[in-house]
Amino acid sequence: MVIAPLGAVALRAGGLSLSAADLSTLRFTLVQATLSAALSVGLAVPLARALARRRFPGRGFLVTLLGAPFLLPVIVAVMGLLAVFGRSGALNQGLAAAGLPGLSIYGLHGVVLAHVFLNLPLAARMVLQGWQAIPAERFRLSEALSFTPADTFRHVERPMLREILPGAAATVFAICLTSFAVALVLGGGPRATTLELAIYQAVRFDADLGHAAGLALVQAGLGGAAALAAWRLAPPAMFGAGLDRPVPVAAAGGWRRIADGLAIGVAALFLLVPLGAVVLAGLPGLTALPASVWAAALRSILVALTSTALVSVLTLVLVQRVARAGDGWLNLAATLPLATSGLVLGTGLFILLRPLAPPSMLALPVTIGVNALLTLPFAFRLLLPQARALEADHGRLADSLGMAGVSRLRLLTLPRLARPIGFAAGLTAALSMGDLGVIALFAGEAGATLPLVVQRLMAAYRTEAAAGAALLLVMLSLGLFWAFDAGGRRASA
Amino acid sequence: MRGDGVLRLDDLMIEQDGFRLTADWTLAAGTRAALIGPSGAGKSTLLAVIAGFLAPTRGRVLWDGRDLAGTPPGARPLSILFQDQNLFPHLTLTQNVGLGLRPDLRLAAGDQARVAAALDRVGLAGLGARRPAEVSGGQAGRAALARVLLRARPLLLLDEPFAALGPALKSEMLDLVAEVATATQATVLMVTHDPADARRLAGVTVLVADGAAAAPVPTAALLDDPPPALRAYLGPKDNPAR
Repeated sequence: MVIAPLGAVALRAGGLSLSAADLSTLRFTLVQATLSAALSVGLAVPLARALARRRFPGRGFLVTLLGAPFLLPVIVAVMGLLAVFGRSGALNQGLAAAGLPGLSIYGLHGVVLAHVFLNLPLAARMVLQGWQAIPAERFRLSEALSFTPADTFRHVERPMLREILPGAAATVFAICLTSFAVALVLGGGPRATTLELAIYQAVRFDADLGHAAGLALVQAGLGGAAALAAWRLAPPAMFGAGLDRPVPVAAAGGWRRIADGLAIGVAALFLLVPLGAVVLAGLPGLTALPASVWAAALRSILVALTSTALVSVLTLVLVQRVARAGDGWLNLAATLPLATSGLVLGTGLFILLRPLAPPSMLALPVTIGVNALLTLPFAFRLLLPQARALEADHGRLADSLGMAGVSRLRLLTLPRLARPIGFAAGLTAALSMGDLGVIALFAGEAGATLPLVVQRLMAAYRTEAAAGAALLLVMLSLGLFWAFDAGGRRASA
Repeated sequence: MRGDGVLRLDDLMIEQDGFRLTADWTLAAGTRAALIGPSGAGKSTLLAVIAGFLAPTRGRVLWDGRDLAGTPPGARPLSILFQDQNLFPHLTLTQNVGLGLRPDLRLAAGDQARVAAALDRVGLAGLGARRPAEVSGGQAGRAALARVLLRARPLLLLDEPFAALGPALKSEMLDLVAEVATATQATVLMVTHDPADARRLAGVTVLVADGAAAAPVPTAALLDDPPPALRAYLGPKDNPAR
């Protein structure tokens, strides 16, 4: 499934010749991803440290909130940022009122801002996990040896950070490398185009498939290298639960207390204000949504549910095999999609399928397939440790009783894995619901999914309808996640 | 499946990164044998090979002259109880025992009655609706034995399933094992590190030490005059020569 589109891309590319514009696109892609990764991880450290050593009301909520941007449709996050930092956003209105010149959110700094908004929480969660993995004895020992906070940092915290940060940075870098929706809205033009966006433009506007394929090949190479780096460097569990466990980190007083408060306060504002803006802006529009929005919502739900079903079945099969028979090429196959991106796979499928049927007819099936492929690695990584534990705990008993096939699935696997399956399915559904990538390549005037409709409404300056549709999209994404997750919890034995 | 019931380990060799165990002996039908020896000697590994979880490096496991290689664990003529995890925690005792009749748990009314009777027989009448976490360790062991009773396979492998129980409870469970084995006319192969267990249950004992599982010999004679390897394992406390 992954290799066929890549093969098509490679064949069609037929000799790489990058123009000056392509090179500047490549440079922009690398620069924005590097900046986004450095800023996200750099800011994540003080935030995670503050969260690790302070107890305050609402801490649990804030930690949960850090998980939200991963589920948030990118287009909605961008909209929230526009409401705050955009031309007529709150910030610029304040500046104008104070007689100061306005700031523009478009271009490199806008793209980086959006990426930090989307990935700072992810990085903070990874770093927080690192803090919580430090054994309590280390901190007690530091206290027993009357370390100053600086000593503790040097001997206890810095070694942990050295282990966690490269993986966190590589993960964010890999995510930003394949950024499409952010660049589509906030970037553009010769100076702020990512490779993904350039692929889209080559297919959609120039109808130059050879050029698109060449770019896709470059993107696939870069993405593969970055994904590999992230895979090797990143700690295994990215979405681990239980992050509100208290950590016995000595809560240093003095200026550190103020700095921690500041870090938490600023981060909470940075995350909450754009989200609040989406809700506030969306509420009035919600009652008067155009019919096209409802049709798109229905299509999106269909896409999300179908790809979730696909991913669930595929993941279960793969995970069972790998858990029982050990690692091997299946493990690799399940992680391979990480190396690609929606637009790369989309371009490959576009080349493969165009002779067979018009692209707009294939939009939904292709979107379902690509979404399923791209979320498969996440679901796989979530389920694999649990499936391994299940096999270790009960595999031999089930074997000795001759439980196999459907009986084993019904009586052992599903009841014991319902919780992580529900969580993974919720994640898949939310990501698929909010995805704006390959659908943009294929969809015609009709047949768009909800994220694409939001983007089109924004591009057409129909602000109120766009805001309403965005709110609907958020509610559907989070609702699907909640429904699957709660379903899994309820079914778990 | 129920022929004479002879277990033969034919020139068996098991190798696992640096570890090696050989065995070459026969166990007559209906025998109760204890496997005793220092930890790490390979007692559990030998059971795992007989049960079909591991393939031997060399040699064969024969049941009534039939090579069991390639037969999956559930299809072998045996039941096995592990050190722990003998019950599925999310299923009730009735369901756990019912798995011994049908691995898909589609139990007819007659099957249900047999499950209830088996629970009754091991002293768990009325507890069938509970889950393993809601009963004591001894009761969980009884439920596992009720399933052994229903499966009624001619060979019973016990991998120290009662090691975590107190001495009185363990004796009680061993008596129940003997009862179940008698009812099902099963050959028993039981791993233990306690010579008292061996004396209590077993007619013969297999000493597993120094890379070999020795041929079974009568338990009383072996323990009364232990060879050097067993003497080293037992220590002075259980050494009757002292």
